[in-house]
Amino acid sequence: MKSIILQTATRYLLPILLLFSFFLLLRGHYYPGGGFVGGLVASIAFVLHSFANGTESTMKILGYKPLSLIPIGLATSTVSVTVPLLFGLPPMTGLWFEEPIPVIGMIGSALFFDIGVYLVVIGVVLTILFTIALND
Amino acid sequence: MELLLVLVLGLLYAAGIYLVLRRSMVRLLLGIMLLSNGANVLIFVIGNITKGSPPVIGSMEKVFQEVYADPIPQALILTAIVISFGLTSFAIVLLKRVYALVDSDDLDDLNTPEEEDI
Amino acid sequence: MLFTVLTGLITSSLLVPFGKLIKTKWSIVLPFIPVILFLFYLWHVPVIANGTNVIQHLTWVPSLGVNFDFRLDGLSLLFALLITGIGAGIFFYARSYLKGHIYFDRFFAYLLLFMSAMLGVVLSDNILTLFVFWELTSISSFFLIGFNNDSKASRNSALMALSITGMGGFFLLAGLILVGNIAGTFVISELFAYHDQLVSHPLYPLIVGLICIGAFTKSAQFPFHFWLPGAMKAPTPVSAYLHSATMVKAGIYLLARFTPILGDTELWKITLMVVGGFTMIFAAVHSLFRTDLKGILAYSTVSALGILTFLLGIGTTDAIIAVSVFILVHALYKATLFMVTGIIDHETHTRDITKLKGLRKVMMPVFIAALLAALSSAGVPSTFGFIGKDLIYEATLNFRESWTIWLTALAVLTNIGLVTAGFRAGIKPFSGKLPEMFQEASLPNHSMWIPPLILAVLGILFGLFPGVVGNYVTHQTADAIAGGETDMHLQLWHGFNTVLTLSGATLAAGIALYFANNPTEEKLLALERFNIISSQHLFRQLGKGIRRASSWYTNKIHNGYLRSYHFKIILFAELLLGYKLWLGGPIQIDYANLTPLSWYEFGIVAILMGALYIIVTTKSRLTAVVSTSVIGYCLCLMFVFYSAPDLAMTQFTIDTLTTVLFVLVLYKLPPFINFMNRGVVIRDAVVALGFGIIISMIVLRVLYEPVTTDISDFYGENAYILAKGKNVVNVILVDFRGLDTMFETVVLAVAALGVYSLIKLRLKSSEKE
Repeated sequence: MKSIILQTATRYLLPILLLFSFFLLLRGHYYPGGGFVGGLVASIAFVLHSFANGTESTMKILGYKPLSLIPIGLATSTVSVTVPLLFGLPPMTGLWFEEPIPVIGMIGSALFFDIGVYLVVIGVVLTILFTIALND
Repeated sequence: MELLLVLVLGLLYAAGIYLVLRRSMVRLLLGIMLLSNGANVLIFVIGNITKGSPPVIGSMEKVFQEVYADPIPQALILTAIVISFGLTSFAIVLLKRVYALVDSDDLDDLNTPEEEDI
Repeated sequence: MLFTVLTGLITSSLLVPFGKLIKTKWSIVLPFIPVILFLFYLWHVPVIANGTNVIQHLTWVPSLGVNFDFRLDGLSLLFALLITGIGAGIFFYARSYLKGHIYFDRFFAYLLLFMSAMLGVVLSDNILTLFVFWELTSISSFFLIGFNNDSKASRNSALMALSITGMGGFFLLAGLILVGNIAGTFVISELFAYHDQLVSHPLYPLIVGLICIGAFTKSAQFPFHFWLPGAMKAPTPVSAYLHSATMVKAGIYLLARFTPILGDTELWKITLMVVGGFTMIFAAVHSLFRTDLKGILAYSTVSALGILTFLLGIGTTDAIIAVSVFILVHALYKATLFMVTGIIDHETHTRDITKLKGLRKVMMPVFIAALLAALSSAGVPSTFGFIGKDLIYEATLNFRESWTIWLTALAVLTNIGLVTAGFRAGIKPFSGKLPEMFQEASLPNHSMWIPPLILAVLGILFGLFPGVVGNYVTHQTADAIAGGETDMHLQLWHGFNTVLTLSGATLAAGIALYFANNPTEEKLLALERFNIISSQHLFRQLGKGIRRASSWYTNKIHNGYLRSYHFKIILFAELLLGYKLWLGGPIQIDYANLTPLSWYEFGIVAILMGALYIIVTTKSRLTAVVSTSVIGYCLCLMFVFYSAPDLAMTQFTIDTLTTVLFVLVLYKLPPFINFMNRGVVIRDAVVALGFGIIISMIVLRVLYEPVTTDISDFYGENAYILAKGKNVVNVILVDFRGLDTMFETVVLAVAALGVYSLIKLRLKSSEKE
C-alpha cells in the first residue's frame, strides 16, 4: 500500500489527527470526547501512517516502543487518583486549579486521569497492531 | 423506534448465536462480536432512549434545563465497546496462533493435536 | 486420650520419611506403640470400674459444633482394650508375617492410621468427629484390603469394601445430622437426655433407617454382607485385625452407642432383630460350604456380627449383657483363628480345607492355640465362649413369651453352624495324617505363634474366672449400652437348666454336622449357582450400570466439541428463560411512550439486516469481516441519532481498528469451508432465532416496566456542581466511577500484554531455533 499520494497525505494528516485527538481529550469534560476516543483517534493516526510508510518508520517517529506507553499511562492515572491523599483527602477527590485556562477550561485531577487513559489506549492499540504487523 | 431497536438486537443475538454454533473459528469470533454488539444495543434500549438531547450540560447552565439522554447506559456501553476491542484483538491473535499451529480453521481439529505440538 | 488417637496418626506420617529405618533395624519399635496404648487403657480399668467416665474436651471448629470431645466409658473402654490389645498381638504377628516385604513400612503406616481412626471412633463424644474417624477407618481399610495392589481381585475387593462402607457412611452422616439438629447438640453424652424427644419426632423412622444402614454396611449385615468375604483378599494380619475385632465391630459399636439414644422402640428392635437374625443364620449356613479357611472365618464372622445385632435388637438387660460378653468372646477366638490361618497359609501356601491335614505334627503350639479357640468358639464348658453362648440363650429365652421358641431356635441353629465352622477352621487342618506335601512345613517365628496362643489362653482363663473380666470390664460395658445399671455377675456354672441343655444340644449337633458334612468344591459350585440373585451380583450390576450410564453421559454431553457445548448451554438457557417468560403472561407494549420513527432509521436498520444476512451466509471471510464492520457503523449512526455522541465516536474508531486488525491477520487464512449438513444448519438456525426472539421479548417486558432514574438524575444534577464537568458520560467515566475506568485500562493493558506475548511465543518445535 505504499502509494505516493497516501504517503504525502499522511505526512500532513498525522499531526492534524494527533492535534484533533488531543483536542478531543482536553475538551472531553465539557463536550463529547475524552481519553478513550482521543486515544483511539491518535492510534488511528499512527496506524494510517504505518499503512502508508511501513510500520518501521512509524516506530521511528514514536521513538519508544508503544508498549512503554501503557505503564506511563497507568502511572499517570494512579498518581491522579492518589494525589488527594497528600492533601489529606480521600483518594479520587477532584482537585482543581483556581483559574480556568483559555481553550482548555478548568484543569484538575480528572484531566490527568483522562490523560492516563489516553496514553494507555494508544499504548494498547499500537502494541497489538504493531506486534502483529511486524511479525508477518 | 424502540420496537425497531428491539428487532435489531434480536437479530444481532440470533445471528451471533448461529455463528457461535459453527465449526469455523473465524465465524465463532464474528459471532462473539455480534453478540457483544447485541448486548450494547440491549443496554442502550433498556435505558430510556431520547432523540437530540445528549447528556451534555449547556455552556451557560450549571444543571440540565430539559430532558436529557440517560448517561449511565452510555458510560456502560462505552466501557463495553473498549473492553470488547481488547477481547476481540486477543481472540484474533489467538486464532492466528492456532492457525499457525494446526493449519486449519476447523474447531474439530483442535481436539486431536499432533503429538509434537502439545 | 487425645494422645492415644494422635500417636498412631503421627507415627503413621513419620513412617513416610523414616520408612527405610523401620524396614530393617527399628521394626521392633512398632508393636510397642499398641502395647503402650493398651497399658494406658488397662490402667483406666479400675477408674471406669468405679463408675466414673473420663472426659476430655478440646475445641476444634466451635462454630460448627465440631469439637474433639473424648469420653471413656465402659463401652469405649472395652473397644479401646480390644483395639490396642489385639492390635499389639497383630503388630507383633505382622512384623514376622510381612518380613522383607517391599512395602513393609507402608503396611504399618496404614495399620497405625487404622488403629488411630478406630480409637477415634470409639472415644469420640461428638457425633461429627465420630463420623470423621468412621470415614477414616473406611479409607485406611481400603488401603489395607488392597495392600497387594498388583492383584486385580485384591483391588476390586478393596474398592467394593470402600464403596459399600463409604455409601453407608453417607447415610450415617445424614442420620447423625438429623439427630444433632433435632436434639440441638452433637455431643453424645448430652444426647442421652433427648431420648424421648428423638423417639417421638416424626423423622424418627428416617433416622433409624439412615443410622442402621450406616451400621449395617460397616458390620457386614445382610444385604451388605458380601464385602467382608471379599475383603479376605487382604493380608491375613489385616483380616485378623479388621475383620475380627475392630472395623466390622464399629457398626456394632455404633448401634450399641445409640441404643440408649434411639433404642427401646418397636421399630428399632424389629429392624435389628430381623436384619441380625437373618444375617446370622444366612451366614452360618454359608460358612458350612466354604473350602477356603478364610472364607469359613469370614462367613462365621458375619454370622457372629448378626448375632450381636440381633441381641441389640432384643434389647433386654440379658441381651445387653450377652452383647458385651460376646463382643469380647468373639474377638478373642476369631482373631486367634485368623492368625492361625495366616500361619498355615504362610507355611504351606494353601488355605484349602480339603487339602490341609495333620499339621499338628509340625506346629504343635499353633495347634494348641487353634484348638482352644475352636473350643471357645464352640462354647465347650469352661471356655469363655460357653459363658457367651449361655448368655445368648438366656436372652432369647427371657424375651417375650410368644417369640421365645422362634428366637431360641434361630440362635441354636446359628450356633450349630458356628460350632462346625470353628472346628473346621481350628481342628480340621491339624487332625489326621500329615501328607507328603506338607512335610517341609515348620513352626514359624515365635512372634507369629505367641500372640494367637495368648489370645486363645485368655479365652480359657476368662472362662474359668469370669468374675475378673465381668466385674471390671463387661459389666461397665453393659451399663453403658443399657444406659443404666445392669446386674451382671458372670458365672461359669449355672446349674442344670434349659440353657445348659440347649448348649449341650448345640455342641452335639455341631460336632455331628462337622463329621457329617464335608465341604467340597462341587458343593461350593452348586451353591454359587444362586449367586445371580445375591445382593453382591445386584451390586455388581449396579456398578456396571453406573459405568455404562456415565460413559453414555460423557459421550453425549462432554463430547469435546465446542459447538456442541454451546448448543446445549444455549438450548438450556432458552428453556429456562422461555419458561420464565411464559410464566409472566402476555407481553404488553406501551405504544404511547415510544419515540417516533423516521425513514432514515428504517434505512439504517435495512442496511444492518442486509449485512447480517451476508455475514451468516457468505463463504468469503473478507466479506464477513467487512459486513461486521458495516454493522458497527450502522450502530454508530444509531448512537448519533439517539443522543450518544461519545458512543458514536468510540464505536466508529473501534470498528475501524477492529477491521484493520482482522485484515492484518485474516487475509492469510483459507476460505470458509462449509462443514455442516443441511439438517444441522436448520436446527442451529431455529435455536438461534429462538434465542433472538426470547431476548427481544425480555427487552419488551423490561421496557414496559417503569424506569427508575435516581442514579442518572444524581449524576446529571451533580456533574457540574461536584465534578466541574458538563459531559456527564465523561464525568462518570473519569470521576464518579473513575476506579472502574482505572481497572478497565488495566484490563486493556493485560490484553495488550497477552497479544504481545502470544505473538512472540514460539509454540511449534520447528519455530524454536
